[in-house]
Amino acid sequence: MDFFIQQFCNGLTTGGIYALIALGYTMVYGVMKLINFAHGELFTLGAFLGYLLLVTLGLAGAVGPALGLALSIVTVSGLVAAAGHLLERVAYRPLRNSDRLAAVVSALGASIFLQNAIMIVWGSQYRAYSARLLPAVSLDVLGQPIPLIRILVFAAAAALMLLLWLFINRTRTGLAIRAAAIDQGAARLMGIDVSRVIAVVFVIGPALGGLAGLMAGLLYGQINFNMGQLYGLKAFTAAIIGGIGNIQGAMIGGLLLGLLESLGAAYVSVAWKDAITFVVLIMILVVRPTGLLPERVAEKL
Amino acid sequence: MSFSPSVPGPPAGSPPAAPEARLPLPAKAAGVAAFFLIPVVLQKAGLGSAPYWLDVLNTVGLYAILALSLNVILGHAGMFHMGHAAFFAVGAYVTAVLNLDCGWPVLWTLPAAGLAAGLFAAVVAGPIIHLRGDYLLIVTIGIVEIIRIALTNDVFGLTGGPNGRMGIARPTVFGFRITRPQHFFYLIWFSVAVSLVLFRRLELSRFGRALRFIKEDPVAAEGIGINTSRHKLLAFVIGAVWAGFAGTIYAARMRTISPDSFNFSESVLLFTIVILGGSGSRRGVLLGSFLVMGLPELFRGFQESRLLVFGAALVVMMIFRPQGLLPPGPAAYMLPPPWDGAPGAGGARNGAFGGGADEAGGAGGPSPPAGGPAGTGTSGEGR
Repeated sequence: MDFFIQQFCNGLTTGGIYALIALGYTMVYGVMKLINFAHGELFTLGAFLGYLLLVTLGLAGAVGPALGLALSIVTVSGLVAAAGHLLERVAYRPLRNSDRLAAVVSALGASIFLQNAIMIVWGSQYRAYSARLLPAVSLDVLGQPIPLIRILVFAAAAALMLLLWLFINRTRTGLAIRAAAIDQGAARLMGIDVSRVIAVVFVIGPALGGLAGLMAGLLYGQINFNMGQLYGLKAFTAAIIGGIGNIQGAMIGGLLLGLLESLGAAYVSVAWKDAITFVVLIMILVVRPTGLLPERVAEKL
Repeated sequence: MSFSPSVPGPPAGSPPAAPEARLPLPAKAAGVAAFFLIPVVLQKAGLGSAPYWLDVLNTVGLYAILALSLNVILGHAGMFHMGHAAFFAVGAYVTAVLNLDCGWPVLWTLPAAGLAAGLFAAVVAGPIIHLRGDYLLIVTIGIVEIIRIALTNDVFGLTGGPNGRMGIARPTVFGFRITRPQHFFYLIWFSVAVSLVLFRRLELSRFGRALRFIKEDPVAAEGIGINTSRHKLLAFVIGAVWAGFAGTIYAARMRTISPDSFNFSESVLLFTIVILGGSGSRRGVLLGSFLVMGLPELFRGFQESRLLVFGAALVVMMIFRPQGLLPPGPAAYMLPPPWDGAPGAGGARNGAFGGGADEAGGAGGPSPPAGGPAGTGTSGEGR
């Protein structure tokens, strides 16, 4: 039972990270019907920008861990959001009216470009987040010591998701995003500036993805230029499990996937951990071809 | 249907409709002959780097075979399949296991490799064939990952774990041991030529036309009585069988195979070859293989930024030429002459449609009416 609680908490933390990345995929897909393959690289970019601020520049040491962390959260989300916006401008906007396949390939190209740009800047070896950034304290959860960082990451992920949920469901811009996801043409007729909606989506999604990168760096302690590939694939899997285009679905899908992976690694096999994810994905899609929760994407005939 | 595939020939006066018929046959033959003389010329030139460049050409050829097989699934059937490396891996590992553990000569494992890859495709593609575009994409990526992990974990104790299998025997053809790059050049490029011819026949066959119809409009295709899921599945299996064959050649050439050679990036590379060259066009796919696998070798000195440029080039390409460099021309099938037309009229009509129609075929024999289905042959791709 103790072991189970440990694994469950691990799964929730990883799942929180997956969910944050998955939100970027699902929002972009909802509005543009495009798999943003470069999203995983934005996640990596977030991790490396965090590394630059916290380790290379020693921000946490200079102004204290709490303020340093807060500053890096703001900077990382801002910079990655800017990168995401630029990405949309350069690689996706010119393709808005063209073939779906062309957009997919453009996304792949952007992903390859970003991955290699990161490799050229930071090198191809692993980089270590120093362990002394945060005090190594453990808190007691149901009688189990859980490292503070895990709790912080999960709390941050949950808070961000709550904020996003409020934004999507309680603001006019959120309403516009939902409307554009259901039917772009009709949304346009209702006076919604779809271009602006896309721009907003490409700011929020990358910001969340970048923060997830920062969290992954803090949580696992080491980062690599191609880490975004596997995270991206898994997060996209999470988005699909939750029904793509469905924002709540992406959150639930991410958490589910994190739990599944962590418990699968614990009780089935560590070596097959990543395979379990994809096997489950395939099984879910075979039984329910549009994900567990209903997708929020209109299909045209 | 009584359409017969048009025979490649010189353009019959009319502007060439199909790119396939653009080159006259002698020019084509000369080009092919010149290409097959490359190893000889490189040898005679006495360049120290000749084996290296032959190796590059061999890689290009191998990827051309793979990309041509993917083209059936992605280009003709229009299914977003980004997991082709999985079938390639099955073929390569079947060859390795049969050669190392059962002592089969390498090239004799070819049918088994193709069969295994095809069976595997039939099993995994069956349940997922109905998935819509992007779902299929992610599932096929998942399949590649599962295969890679299975190979790394030494599944069935046959795959040798992360290090893979080593020491695969050299292939022999009629008692001749293939060892050097120039030998492989002929083996590989002969296979490319065979693939090109067979895939051309496939595209022009009734099956190929049905695939094109399914890609253009699945609902209408279903409506006219084409069993879309069976055709799609068959396209998957055909592509997989061919990728399995390519796996055999790969294993024979490298002699060592490991799971890392069959990862997601490999699939992406194949995917981009097809799209970049021109999805659905064999010529385009061939050009794509040269550009993606060959061109970067010229820039070895800029190792670090090669892929950076490649990524940027993909984006630029999709913005300015999304249909690929050499997109397929409008479908050109040789139509039967009109029911009551004079032989001459029939010939003229063929010329207008096919570009490469031959008079004899158009004029001879009793011919059925050119009915409704003729419409399928002329469906362009909206370009």
